[in-house]
Amino acid sequence: MSARPYNFAYLDEQTKRMIRRAILKAIAVPGYQVPFASREMPMPYGWGTGGVQVTAAIIGPDDVLKVIDQGADDTTNAVSIRAFFAKTADVATTTDTTEATIIQTRHRVPETPLTGDQILVYQVPIPEPLRFLEPRESETRTMHALAEYGVMHVKLYEDIARHGHIATTYAYPARVAGRYIMDPSPIPKFDNPKLDDCPALQLFGAGREKRIYAIPPFTRVVSLDFEDYPFERTKFDAVCEFCGATDSFLDEVVTDDKGGRMFVCSDTDYCEKRRAANKKDAAE
Amino acid sequence: MSALAFADPTFESQAAFRRIMRALSAPGTILACGEALAPPPPLARAAAATLLTLADFETPLWIAPSFPAAIGDYLAFHTGAPRAAAPDKAVFALVDLSADGLDLARFALGTAEYPDRSTTIVVQTASLDAGPRLRLTGPGVRGEARLAVASLPADFAAQWAEIRAGFPLGVDLVFAADARLAALPRSTAIIEGAR
Repeated sequence: MSARPYNFAYLDEQTKRMIRRAILKAIAVPGYQVPFASREMPMPYGWGTGGVQVTAAIIGPDDVLKVIDQGADDTTNAVSIRAFFAKTADVATTTDTTEATIIQTRHRVPETPLTGDQILVYQVPIPEPLRFLEPRESETRTMHALAEYGVMHVKLYEDIARHGHIATTYAYPARVAGRYIMDPSPIPKFDNPKLDDCPALQLFGAGREKRIYAIPPFTRVVSLDFEDYPFERTKFDAVCEFCGATDSFLDEVVTDDKGGRMFVCSDTDYCEKRRAANKKDAAE
Repeated sequence: MSALAFADPTFESQAAFRRIMRALSAPGTILACGEALAPPPPLARAAAATLLTLADFETPLWIAPSFPAAIGDYLAFHTGAPRAAAPDKAVFALVDLSADGLDLARFALGTAEYPDRSTTIVVQTASLDAGPRLRLTGPGVRGEARLAVASLPADFAAQWAEIRAGFPLGVDLVFAADARLAALPRSTAIIEGAR
């Protein structure tokens, strides 16, 4: 066939079939965590092996891949995964959200709205939203089977009792299509509303925990809350130092040892485009 | 060029998978699939493409009795999938609507703990244009979608509603008509009543 030292997109065909079957089940049962035979990848667990396996199973030669790590295209994890697929699948890569057909992400949803022609692949460290409340897999599995999610509301209630508000700010639990409660991966809760009714297919891969789950396009995703303590998106009192954005998720950057700090967009592509547009406006 | 099976399994199965995945994530959408295949008759090209893409030695396959033995031999040779003894033991099933009818409750529906341990049924039909139009809603559908499947049993909507009452248990259907496919995942609801 070919002289390549490994198969297209690194994984062998049987592994891809196994992952593809799991992805289809995940789409058919939105939010349910499908067990899969996660393979050892040439990177350590915690570096996105779940997302990488999902991407490897779906990617084709015509795809354009974007990889972000906490919103940034230029951090180690993003750069190395992009290079991995450029090498093993010879696919085009981009940092432009609008150009990408597949976006693999660690812990952010791009600020630029996604389209129906795009697939968002999340890297997930711990897929089980109930894990820190109930450590036994046999128990959490039964709880999902019975849709017995009261304990999650107790957890959010305890937040309110202790802090006066729901203090969970990332990996904020959400209910998918009125049935399963899922962990949206450690994205900030700022991003949770973007999961709801999203035109793009969203796939979640957890390598170490060996689970795949999905949110099909145009699916209802509701962040858990209470009538008197409704879900609130994180608000910032600052604007992006670089582009002046008031609508994006901001990272706090410490600038000196005297308490100096600034806020900048976490989504580097969004920020760069805004800066380019600002520059153009200023020039005109 | 047409071939019995994928001439280039890596890229052709990837392309077919993306269409199957799109069909399942957008119920009611009709997509081309298996255009380059020439499987032995009466196996539809899209049905062949689906099974060549997804079935292997790990997935027992149940083939409805209307299919000639040559189809079983063809799929066994090209996928390596063992034959399931009964429909409820199958990971994949192949059914011809015009000859076999469709009784959803015969297949594996999964368990409450593992709803993924269910049968995905490849349902071959003469056409995805003729027949009563089903009105679909649910995940993957913006508002409402329509799908017509020729030779669908008269009680199909009732069967589907009965199975769906047990969600997340259920079966997922891939309809194949020649080189076109559409899908009906268990999350989709069929809206009853006149169109």
